[in-house]
This record gives sequence, structure tokens and C-alpha cells, in this order.
Amino acid sequence: MLLYVRKVSLRIPVLHFPALRHLACPLCLAGILLALAAPLLWQFMSPASYVLARNLSAPKTQSPATTDSPIRATAAFQQNAPPSRSPLNNFPTNIQNNVLNTVVLDPAHGGTDPGARGTAGIRESEVVLEFTAQIRRALESQGFQVVQTRLGDENPSFDDRSAMANAQRGAVFVTVHISSTGLPGTARVYINDDLPPINDPTGLIPWDQAQAPFLGLSRKLGDIVQGLLSQKFKGSPDTVQTAAVRQLRTTAAPAIAVEISSVSVEKREDLDRMAPGVADAIARGIVTFKPSYVVATAATPPPPTGAQR
Amino acid sequence: MTPRWRVWIIAALASAVVVAAVYFPSLRNHVKQAAKITQQTEEQARRELTLPFLSSSNEPRIKTKLFWASHADDEALTPVTVELPLSNDPVLRAKQVLNTLLAGPVDSELRTLPPDAALLEFYLLPDGTGIADFSEALATSTPSGIASEQLAVESIARTLEANVPQVKCLKILIHGQEVDTLAGHLDLTGTFALSPAPAKKP
Repeated sequence: MLLYVRKVSLRIPVLHFPALRHLACPLCLAGILLALAAPLLWQFMSPASYVLARNLSAPKTQSPATTDSPIRATAAFQQNAPPSRSPLNNFPTNIQNNVLNTVVLDPAHGGTDPGARGTAGIRESEVVLEFTAQIRRALESQGFQVVQTRLGDENPSFDDRSAMANAQRGAVFVTVHISSTGLPGTARVYINDDLPPINDPTGLIPWDQAQAPFLGLSRKLGDIVQGLLSQKFKGSPDTVQTAAVRQLRTTAAPAIAVEISSVSVEKREDLDRMAPGVADAIARGIVTFKPSYVVATAATPPPPTGAQR
Repeated sequence: MTPRWRVWIIAALASAVVVAAVYFPSLRNHVKQAAKITQQTEEQARRELTLPFLSSSNEPRIKTKLFWASHADDEALTPVTVELPLSNDPVLRAKQVLNTLLAGPVDSELRTLPPDAALLEFYLLPDGTGIADFSEALATSTPSGIASEQLAVESIARTLEANVPQVKCLKILIHGQEVDTLAGHLDLTGTFALSPAPAKKP
């Protein structure tokens, strides 16, 4: 390489300057070009601040994705390309846009984040993987496509997990948790607290409030699943609870969080015994919810339920 | 014979060793003292924050509602009424009630907030947004879970709502910073709306 540089530098007078001599190295040139192109690439690769409004009732020909605005271009990228960093799932193809056919399952935590930890050494991040596997089997037996936000001991960010759900059409999102507290052997379903209504003239849904147009559907799904869980696990509430769950806020789909009590049980088997019942309740709940599934748009006002935010 | 410059170098090095040997113990003492002062300052600051400060015997004792966990259901809150000398100033009053809430109930099992958490500062914006800045222990010691984190935040919000009507909504910071979640679940990026409380006049 040095020889090559010397050879070139003899021919190009400017390269007699020692500081500029490195410019002749093809690798350096490639690096400089990459650095110059980085802002452009970042524009397309960074998480979008908007989710494409899911007004699927309009024919496709009436909503062409224009590329004159960066926001629209980014939104179109979100719509057409599922995130490349999720090689784990069989992303559904050839699906009907306005029919519920996909379930995104999110085993919470993972990687460096173990979640709730019990005195008996039970880690939430491990138990939820087992629960998710059983829920997946139950859903697949009902004919749903299933996408998982993680398969192993890794910890995608909240936004990465939401991005996997937001890239789907005709999907619901279920995040699975094990609590630290609460009556062991019970299960609670949460939906996100009320979010401010979206008044975006572009029709796009802001990423930070992606759940807003779906709150009504989330409540319906949550009530169905909670009702089934309360039949199986005595002591569980009858209706869905609301909480400011971070994972749900950026998810542009009917979304619920299922939290099972708790890591404080003496033996892991006590929790594992609950998995088939939880899986069955979620799968049957989503089957019951399926006819109610309609595509929400940014203009859909959230239901008037008093809570936070 | 050793050259003259080598003699000078050896002499300089030897004198440096002697000076270092003399200086080292005093340097060590300096470091120890500095560490001690820092510890004292942190401890003192913490005590000042956690003690029921800012209240004087002149202030009237007011019935104060504090929200701790319920005996019957450890995932629900129940109000406990205690008489406290509270300030008329909303910021001081918010600090007083939150410090009492952090101090915890007699039955420690009904605590909603970890015992090592401290309120660092409380601000009240003109629009009624109350900003409560807690120490990192609130995030690290609150049990991870939607229910447990919600219980912690609800106890803070309901206590402020019942006792400081000037606070219309609540923002929680951890050590002066906005954080994504309290302990992995509950969203702290937004504010928590407090419903209009029945006005409690002193």
C-alpha cells in the first residue's frame, strides 16, 4: 500500500504534501465518500417519527407514496419494508390488508435487562420466552401468522419492537410480562392510557402517539382476553386495566400487555403451569376479536375514558 | 570514573524520591479528608431532604391524605389521613407531603415507594405542572412490573391531587433527567393528569 501511495504521489503533485498523501489510498477515499453520504443514508435508515396512516379503506391508487417530502419517503419505507434487523420471523406475505391475520408477540425484556427477578432466581425475561412459545403455537393452530419481537436472549429497544408491529398490516400486538408483585396465579391485561387526539393535517400518525387511534380496538381486545383469563385464573380482574405502558404507546395496532403474577412464586413450575391457560385465553380472545377488527385511521378519536396523559 | 552528568541525574532522582516519600503521607491525608467531606455533604443533603423539614410549629396542622397500599389488596391504594403542619406555599407543601409519603406508613409492607428513594426537588410551573425530581433509588428499587410501577406513580399522583390542588399535572424526573420508564414498564416521558381535587383550605 505504501509503495502504491508513493507511486501515485509521484504523478500527482498535490500528493507531495505529506498530509494529503493518504488521500490516494482507495480505502481512505471510500471512507471519505461514506462519511459524505452518511447523512443521506441516515435519513432513510433512522427510525421514522411518523407511522403511515392506515387508511386502507381508500383504494391504493388514490394514495400514492410521494417522495417529495422526507417524512413521506420515510413513511413509505416503513410501509413497504419490514425492519431488516428482525430476521427471525416469517413475515407474512400476500395478506389482506383490512383483515386481522397477524399477531405480533413481544416477550418483554431480554439481554442485559432481566426484568422482574424473584427470590428463587426466576427471571422475567426467560419465563416470558416460554410463555410466548406456547402462545405462538396456540395462535398458529388458529391460522394466524405470528411475528416475535425476539426469539433469544436479546433486548430490542421499545421503538424497535414497535417498528416490527408497525410494519405489519392487519395485525394485533401482545406484549407478555411477569410481575414482581400481585396475587400469584392471576393475570392482568393492560391497555395504554388515553393519549391526546391526533390532529395532523397530513393524515400521518405521530410515532410518539401511534397507539392513539387504536385505543378503542385495544380496549375491546383487552376486555375479551381479560374476561377469558379471569375465567381460568381466579382472582384476576374482570375487565381490562389502563396504565401508561411505554411499549404500547408507540404501537400502531390494537395492542395489549398481559402481565402474569408473579416472579415471587417459590418454583418456576408454578408459573409454567399457567402458560397453556394464558396461551389458550389469548388465542381464543383474538379469534373472538377478529370480526371486530377494523382499520383505524389518524382521524379516529380515542374513546372518552378518564385516565392519564 | 562516573561522568559528572550522571552524578547530577542520580542526585536529582534521589532527591525526587526523598521529596515524594515526605509528600506522600500528607497527600494521602488530603485525599482521605476530601472523601470524608464529600460523604458528609451527601449524607447531610439526604437527611435534609428526607427529614420533615420546612415545617415549623407555627404552621397549622392540617388533615392530610396520604395514599399507601391497601391492606386488603396490595395492588390498590387506600387513603390514610394524618395531621401534618403544612405550609400554604404549594411547592413547600408538595415537598412536605411527598417526603411524608416517602417516609412510609407504620406498616412497612404497605409502602408504595422504596425506602431509599428521596425527593430531590419539586418545581411548580405557572401552568400547574408539578415536576417532582426523585433520586435514582426510585427507579432502581421500585419492583419491576406494570402493576408495581403504576402503584408507585399513582400513590405520588393521588397524594398530590388530594393535598396540593394547585398541581394540575405531574411530571416525574429521576435525578434531574427525563427517563423512558420508571423500572422498565411505566412511561415517564409524559405527564400524569391529576383530576381536580376537592380544595383543602388550611
